[in-house]
Amino acid sequence: MVDLKRSVLFPVMMLFVFAGLNYILPHTFNAYIQTLIVYSCINIILAVSLNLVNGFTGQFSIGHAGFMAAGAYLSAYLTMNHAHWAGSSDGLNFFFNTIAGGVIAGLAGYAVGLPSLRLKGDYLAIVTLGFGEIIRVVLLNIDAVGGARGMYGIPKTANFFWAFTWVFICIITIKRLIYSTHGRAFLSVREDEIAAESVGINTTRYKVQAFVISSFFAGVAGSIFAHYLSYLNPSTFSFMKSIDVVVMVVLGGMGSISGSILAAIIITILPEALRPLQEITKIDFRMVIYSLTLIVLMLAKPQGLFGKLELSDVWKRLSEKSLGKKNG
Amino acid sequence: MEAFFQHIINGVSLGSIYALIALGYTMVYGILQLINFAHSDVYMIGAFIGFYSAKLLGVSDSPSYGSFFSVLLIAMIGCGILGFTIERLAYRPLRNAPKLNALITAIGLSLLFEYSGQIVFGATPQLFPNILADSIIFSFGEVRITRFDATILLTSLCLMVILRYIIQSTKLGKAMRATSFNGQWASLMGIPVDRIISMTFVIGSSLAAAGGILVGIKYPKIEPLMGVMIGLKAFVAAVLGGIGNIAGAVLGALIMGIAEEFVVGYGASTYRDALAFGILIVILLFRPAGILGKFSVEKV
Repeated sequence: MVDLKRSVLFPVMMLFVFAGLNYILPHTFNAYIQTLIVYSCINIILAVSLNLVNGFTGQFSIGHAGFMAAGAYLSAYLTMNHAHWAGSSDGLNFFFNTIAGGVIAGLAGYAVGLPSLRLKGDYLAIVTLGFGEIIRVVLLNIDAVGGARGMYGIPKTANFFWAFTWVFICIITIKRLIYSTHGRAFLSVREDEIAAESVGINTTRYKVQAFVISSFFAGVAGSIFAHYLSYLNPSTFSFMKSIDVVVMVVLGGMGSISGSILAAIIITILPEALRPLQEITKIDFRMVIYSLTLIVLMLAKPQGLFGKLELSDVWKRLSEKSLGKKNG
Repeated sequence: MEAFFQHIINGVSLGSIYALIALGYTMVYGILQLINFAHSDVYMIGAFIGFYSAKLLGVSDSPSYGSFFSVLLIAMIGCGILGFTIERLAYRPLRNAPKLNALITAIGLSLLFEYSGQIVFGATPQLFPNILADSIIFSFGEVRITRFDATILLTSLCLMVILRYIIQSTKLGKAMRATSFNGQWASLMGIPVDRIISMTFVIGSSLAAAGGILVGIKYPKIEPLMGVMIGLKAFVAAVLGGIGNIAGAVLGALIMGIAEEFVVGYGASTYRDALAFGILIVILLFRPAGILGKFSVEKV
């Protein structure tokens, strides 16, 4: 028997909440904070999806920006040049295009996942990096999407509703996946590939699956980015963007979804929060402080903010502690 | 046909610069299994040390071999000290931490150098001082060898020969090889592993500085972000040849340099950055541990 309350009611309720927020937020915050919120959402999707590969499956991918670029460009191209999906509204059209962007990114992920059958560790990392760069350079050379000039005038169809909805879909999918049989298989690949293989787990298949799902969501994030900023340029999706996402995952804790979410928000907001400092000193110290924070955090808290724990675990642990104190 | 030979000459010249930088990556990787992302910024700082020392020495407008070699030497010593400091302050505390932490620290360091470089040196590209005059020293039909290409080639060749001598024939090199084979065993045999690792960083960083100066004379625009792409390519070259393997790094770098010149020379210059990675992926598909690397099967 399907748990009706959990599997239908909760998502529908969340959709209503998002629709409400979509109505309220533009009237509450100024455009600057609104942009920050949407960027946080994009980064959350990127970080949580990369966590599936880097944190849960134990592979090391540093090419996430490439998949994001693939999704962003395809969805933007469809929105600008393609007829509407049979009579759908702008919002739904965006939804379908986003899925199309996700699928092309997923296909690219499949192409990267295949060599990962043979490569391990740093070699795999450098191949993903290479694929990311190749996608960027190819986009730079396609004139239909603007080449180095970038792509202008993409309709701004992404709003809070879609951003929140996709964050929700991404988190729920990955969380459910991790706690399923498949998820255990991902974890077993991370813990010990040889042992996993010897108990009959098709490690290759799971690694490729992780790559495909992860890049699908990267493509989705790219699509939201494209339809929010309404301008795309290949240089946005450089190696640095991939590194940013890796930093979020490691900072939050490899294998912790809550950690990734928190770290994504911190990393989006930190450079902006340091902006007043720049105005006082007239020198742009923000990125210097950002990188110093990164180094200090790695030296002081090597497990990341959450380690492998989730927010619920931390909460449980805290409440147990306080209960224990009360009882004796 | 003449264009073909010209591309080979240019490619070897570019490849030997890549090789100097790739050597630093591969040596550190061989000993610590760490991708030292900050290495590309050591190269950048090497170029800037050259820039400022040429000004201080007052040789920025007197091109001669004397000023070239003195600037080269100062940059190499400066970056050697920098490499030592980086290892001591950032990597040594993480010696027993998970590999990924060291990697993120390396990325953090790289960002730190790039952004503080933009503050200290300024973000706009600067013209590298004219410390060596260019001229054609040999021409055969249309094929020309310029003094820059010859200097780049000979300097890097000399440095590589010295490196090979150090690694193969000195006590330090023996200790480095032992540490790279197995750090724990090496320390049991009485090798001061920490000091050997420091020395590896010093040597790798000074080679990167030499790369920085050579790039400075040939492509005389230097800026704080100049290391990003060339560092990435040098690293790819190291992986291509089999990371941890010194001869492999040089071989990989030459392949990369020549291939890149050919792509640029035959019209597809916008694809030059993609090409490096394309070659890498193709080669890794057939030889998962690089051209000269040893592919080891994990035993249980």
